[in-house]
Amino acid sequence: MVSKGLLTFPSNPSIAATGVTAGPLEKKSPFSSQFDKIYTDERMHLKTNEQGHAKMIEDASMIALSKIDAVPSKADFFFAGDLVNQMTPSNFSASTLQIPYIGMFSACATSISSLLMAALVTDANLSEITLAGAGSQHNAIERQFRYPVEYGSQKPESSQWTVTAAGIAVVTPNRKKTPVITKGTMGRVIDLGMTDPLNMGAAMAPAAMDTLERHLKGHQASEADYDLIMTGDLGKTGFTIFKELATRKEIVVSEKFQDAGEAFYGGDPKFFSGASGAGCSSAIYFSEVYGKMMTGDYQKVLLIATGSLLSPLSYQQGETIPCIAHAVELMMK
Amino acid sequence: MDEKKFAKIEQQLSPKTPLGLNIVKAFLTGGTICLIGQFIAMFYMTFFDFTERTASNPTVATMVFLAMVLTGLGQYKKIAQFGGAGAAVPITGFSNAVVSASIEHKSEGYVLGVGGNMFKLAGSVILFGVVSAFTVALIKTILVKFGVVSW
Repeated sequence: MVSKGLLTFPSNPSIAATGVTAGPLEKKSPFSSQFDKIYTDERMHLKTNEQGHAKMIEDASMIALSKIDAVPSKADFFFAGDLVNQMTPSNFSASTLQIPYIGMFSACATSISSLLMAALVTDANLSEITLAGAGSQHNAIERQFRYPVEYGSQKPESSQWTVTAAGIAVVTPNRKKTPVITKGTMGRVIDLGMTDPLNMGAAMAPAAMDTLERHLKGHQASEADYDLIMTGDLGKTGFTIFKELATRKEIVVSEKFQDAGEAFYGGDPKFFSGASGAGCSSAIYFSEVYGKMMTGDYQKVLLIATGSLLSPLSYQQGETIPCIAHAVELMMK
Repeated sequence: MDEKKFAKIEQQLSPKTPLGLNIVKAFLTGGTICLIGQFIAMFYMTFFDFTERTASNPTVATMVFLAMVLTGLGQYKKIAQFGGAGAAVPITGFSNAVVSASIEHKSEGYVLGVGGNMFKLAGSVILFGVVSAFTVALIKTILVKFGVVSW
């Protein structure tokens, strides 16, 4: 049943396996032991940042597939995206993998929008193996959205650090003893007039709130039903605002509320407000959260990935920052 | 929720820019860079045949060179994070803007990449620098002509 962006997946597609790759700096993350592969070189020993970026997505896909003893030729669909213009890293990785592919762009919410697409095709009985995920590479994304990496500009405390990481999930028809995708909510674009690209957490917080509210109302759920409600990359600033917005909507904000961006680098002030990037939520969701579901620490989680849909052109033209958040509900049955 | 109401919440909860502290840091950083420049100028005047006026050219070149090396070693951005405008305004900031853009675009080749993008950030500094220098020179020329000031 589908209505107004609310999705339910009666066949309960499984996330059969995941693959997470990350750059050398991401070793500092308290979750780094959960990542499948950490490169020693920020360009993955390739010539350009963008090539390294593609390699990261490709390796994460291969690792995820290998965990269910599958090869790319066995896979039916590949939904992935990143933040580089025209998503070339994802395109190049899809070129190597040769899995039928549609590039996804929901900025940093691509981890979940891809997963929703994978759940849809699997639930429609159209796929045995679908790969879904997203990635980001710090240097490639910084040059895309901001200044050259070595340019000295003073970053405010609200700014976030784009992670170098990629996370891919393998979605299959229901399998026992794996987390299943039960529900989802496709986000609406929310724009409350924020214009500061160095405070994107604040811009994205209302989008996360909107999706959370719609998900809870639409699926007749309550925040108490979940072991974890995790937003994507709001960072310290955005997450504080998100919690304030939730409190005002009379949602009980407890320890269960977490943000992947805030948690990614363990709150290290060197990374300002925390992590961001398409790889941020996908890496944490598909390593830490997935792992804790497999061990039974979490039974039911709600993941709300957030993305700000701006471009350098749009904000230089004085436009506000439109934002989106997609949600997915996972259960261990 | 309307935009005004949200803007209020956002302003309350977003971290404030420590303006006073940033100004002090910028002053110290910019001052230190200029002090180093002063020592270099004195070095050229003491050990070579330069006057106070002619020493400025090799001094500027040396400062640009030092900032280039620091940028290449990944250190200038750290100075800038601390010093803000204090690191951006001196000639070393200009050097950093040119060199960082060059490093960044090396992957697209020397002509379209380095050549085409080298002045991406510094270009407007050159443009507005030249325009303002011209305007100031024009004003001064007029004032000298009317005997208000002398060269």
